Amino acid sequence: MRTMFFTQAVDDALARAMADDPRIVLFGEDTPLLRRELLVRFGPKRVRGAPISESAFLGAGVAAALAGLRPVVEIYMVDFLGVCMDALLNHAAKVETFSGGKWTAPVVVRAPCGGGYGDGGQHEQSLWGWLAHIPGLTVLVPSTPADAGGLMLAALRHDGPVIFLEHKLLSETWLEFLGSGGRRTVKFDIPEEGAKGPVPKTWEPLPIGKAILRRTGDDMTIVSVGSGIHRAIEAAEALEKEEISAGVMDLRTVSPLDKATICESVAQTGRMLVVDEDYEAFGLSGELSAILLEAGISCRYARVCTQTTIPYSRYLEDRCLPNATGIMEIARQLMRS
Amino acid sequence: MPPDLWSLYALMLKSRLLEEAVAMFWQDGLISGEMHLGTGEEAVIAGVVAHLREGDAMALDHRGTAALVMRGVDPVLLLREMLGRPDGLCGGKGGHMHLFSKEHLSASSGIVGSAGPTAAGFALASQYLRPGTVAVAFFGEGAMNQGMLLESMNLASAWNLPVLFVCKDDGWAITTASKALTGGDLNERARGLGIPASEVDGLDVSAVWEAAGSAVERARSGQGPAFLRARCVHFEGHFLGFQLIRLVRNPFKEMPKISIPLIRSLLRRGGAGLRERLSGMKTVLGAVQSTRRDPRRDRDNDPVRRARMALPSDAARLQELESQVEKEIHDALASALEEVPS
Ligand SMILES: Cc1ncc(C[n+]2csc(CCOP(=O)(O)OP(=O)(O)O)c2C)c(N)n1
Repeated sequence: MRTMFFTQAVDDALARAMADDPRIVLFGEDTPLLRRELLVRFGPKRVRGAPISESAFLGAGVAAALAGLRPVVEIYMVDFLGVCMDALLNHAAKVETFSGGKWTAPVVVRAPCGGGYGDGGQHEQSLWGWLAHIPGLTVLVPSTPADAGGLMLAALRHDGPVIFLEHKLLSETWLEFLGSGGRRTVKFDIPEEGAKGPVPKTWEPLPIGKAILRRTGDDMTIVSVGSGIHRAIEAAEALEKEEISAGVMDLRTVSPLDKATICESVAQTGRMLVVDEDYEAFGLSGELSAILLEAGISCRYARVCTQTTIPYSRYLEDRCLPNATGIMEIARQLMRS
Repeated sequence: MPPDLWSLYALMLKSRLLEEAVAMFWQDGLISGEMHLGTGEEAVIAGVVAHLREGDAMALDHRGTAALVMRGVDPVLLLREMLGRPDGLCGGKGGHMHLFSKEHLSASSGIVGSAGPTAAGFALASQYLRPGTVAVAFFGEGAMNQGMLLESMNLASAWNLPVLFVCKDDGWAITTASKALTGGDLNERARGLGIPASEVDGLDVSAVWEAAGSAVERARSGQGPAFLRARCVHFEGHFLGFQLIRLVRNPFKEMPKISIPLIRSLLRRGGAGLRERLSGMKTVLGAVQSTRRDPRRDRDNDPVRRARMALPSDAARLQELESQVEKEIHDALASALEEVPS
């Protein structure tokens, strides 16, 4: 078994795929220097810098995918998809249907997401629910290095557009670049298990749309993605001492959701607690409840999500984003209800 | 009318000292995430902001602190905001990339290029509600490739909006030399949209002041937008703790972290041929080289120092001015660090 950091795992799997498939090209702002290890191995023709023109280069990535390339387009942060959403919303996501199923855009959009390091609400959003809302987009949110590499490989083999989100608290690269900047004076609540971990000797693609039970428990199923998984596990371990047995399910793929696995687990425990760093209203947490209702599963339900714009102050931010203490509190209430 | 060099210097010095305090906060970990300073661009900001008056608006980018303090926002409020305090300018909820002062009609954003539409909208409101007032957009040369900024320039031209587009050109967009990814000439872009463009040395506050003065007057008198490109430097690179600057300042510590995985990857089997690989390596080394030789590392390019040297010789007045500004920032710092009232 090898051990890797989260972003290292993504890059390693990506390098593996690039070595096998010359159609894979990489571009985005600062990509040559940020992905310098890929640059020196695959050269500047395949690892390109783009101007700060997201609507142009993301739109071009979608069309290049239609025309035979397999582009990985890097967006500096998922928040900045705001300026170029059209390429995904009205183009990448639509072409399969509009072409009568004859044409798809196998583009991978790679972007860091998430908060917990003090950049504020224009740079720390999750937005996977917003993206998953659109039919035709696949949305992947890995929580461990092994999953990150395996899902990146799956994304590269997938025939349609895929959004691949890397939580910044899991990424040593992003945290060093944006957070600590070489300082020792700041601390981040980094989920260790997600930031560094074992990865397979040779990368295999993970199935898209498959959730995994990270922890078993009889009293409730905590469902989450990304760094939320680690908060949920932390809470579940502490709840054990209070004789509350909570399972933790890692969705890994936000769209398409693994409905069968979710329903099966919640049918057994009778309680679902959604931990979602993305916004609460009109998002993943509501969707999960709808799935259960549609399947005729009756259960107790609660959620711990981000409800407001993420404030800049670390103190306020900590109170805004889901954390283990908040999860435990809601879990106890859920047990009483 | 010649510029009042004393007051321009005072503005620049105040901003510099304030941002040095901010840098200290950041070093001490009192500021957690990114921190982009405007140190090195003070002459551009001062030369423009000195022309603004009641009712004028500002659209700021991720380096908005300098413009706000020069516009008259209380430094205590700015410092408290950086500390994330509830008594900061925005209740500790905005931080340096999202500074807002309704009183000064000033809004910041961390979304590159968004100063364009914001300034255009402020100027539109000016036309209806406050004739004779103007809006300024401050942004970097990297932002000049963002669609919404270019669209806003066209909008301002088509609607004859009183906007001054100020491009603070330091040549860099994070690790990217903007020249390599920018087609044509920026001034010609503006002119192509029907906007008069001028270019000044952004380290020379008098030159900026003069160029900005005529552009602001034009806009006030209803003759539409103008574009001003001012070359400047950012001493700290993109933000505090910027990797490339750290690498150049402290090569023995930083180099191995970068070079070992890099060389390992260069030698990995599978991938491009040797020429392509070396060409990739050249790009990386080139970035380090150009950081090493970068004009931003030359203190002669410090606009605050330059403004000081350009002052008429009057030691007593200079000392008085400097101690007054120093005291103001010192007091602000002390007050910002006071205990949060409960
Ligand atoms: C829409 C958008 N894309 C990318 C970024 C990431 N980003 C932040 S600052 C920056 C570079 C900006 O360069 P420039 O406009 O020249 O300003 P400078 O930082 O050099 O002052 C980039 C790419 C962003 N904040 N917003």
